[in-house]
Amino acid sequence: MNHSAAEIWLVIALLAVGTFAIRFSFLGLIGDRPMPPLVLRLLRYTPVAVLPGMVAPMVLWPSATGGSFDPPRAAAALAALGVGLLTRNMLLAALAGAVALYGGLYLLS
Amino acid sequence: MKSEWARGLVQGAPFVLVIAPFATLFGVVAAEAALSLAQIMGFSALVIAGSAQFAALSMLVENAPLWAVLATALAINLRMAMYSAALVPHLGAAPLWQRALVSYMNFDQTYAASIAEYEARPQMSTGQKIGFYFGIATPIVPAWYGCTLLGALLGARIPESWALDFALPIMFIALLGPMLKTAAHLLAALVSVVVALSLAWLPAGLGLLIAAGAAMVAGAAAETLIEGAGPRRAEKGGGT
Repeated sequence: MNHSAAEIWLVIALLAVGTFAIRFSFLGLIGDRPMPPLVLRLLRYTPVAVLPGMVAPMVLWPSATGGSFDPPRAAAALAALGVGLLTRNMLLAALAGAVALYGGLYLLS
Repeated sequence: MKSEWARGLVQGAPFVLVIAPFATLFGVVAAEAALSLAQIMGFSALVIAGSAQFAALSMLVENAPLWAVLATALAINLRMAMYSAALVPHLGAAPLWQRALVSYMNFDQTYAASIAEYEARPQMSTGQKIGFYFGIATPIVPAWYGCTLLGALLGARIPESWALDFALPIMFIALLGPMLKTAAHLLAALVSVVVALSLAWLPAGLGLLIAAGAAMVAGAAAETLIEGAGPRRAEKGGGT
């Protein structure tokens, strides 16, 4: 990481302020006025809009292998996604991913 | 108010099982990324939002520009504006300091558990609702701090062969699976992946922001279309 300690603290401070502002927005400041339905509808999709796009490059081009495709890591990602979709259980999904990752690394080493 | 607090405490306790590994992992990964103990604890105590902390950390490690780190992490937290709005009818009448404290502790688990209780028992007073909310948060918040600290202390001792580099993507995917509840959510996720991968040549973080914007619009548009196409289902009581 090339970022200095001061830069990391800046990120922490601004994230803290920004996150609190988001959480305090309606409850603290805006009050009981209704939000436009379109805004609510867009907000509903923020996590599923951000997380997949962030994860996809990490899965296809992992930094640990210098950016080249790695079968155990891809298998781990698929296992975590599949079990998450089937069981709707975050812990089981993470566990399945870990099992697939270590299984794959063991078999291929 | 006290009994409501105890009631919340009981309902909040199981969430510790979810929070503890997540927070420990954040501590471990952040320590591996050579963040100082103060910085790691600063993240968990001041930002107190797991997905955003992981996102910021992974983008810092990839040397993304600071604006991109902030924009991505805050975009992940935007859903909390929705939580904040949803709590207004229940807690809007509470004193400012209580609303500020509620806001600081407003994350997926406290939001979901409190709203479910308020809707099940509409006769609760504002004071009882606040008591219940603080009850839910009472086991979760210290577990978040404590397990981050534990992970940070373990962190640097974990060998490279454990492939902890990949704990982060697995954690994100594990969070994601249960969120893909409808066709609209699936479409949004798909658009996010396709656009992010095809814009990977852009400066770090920029492609992701464009992908997230496109995915939000796709999800909202799909929801509108599905709603418009299915009025009969809504008549049978299938609406949300």
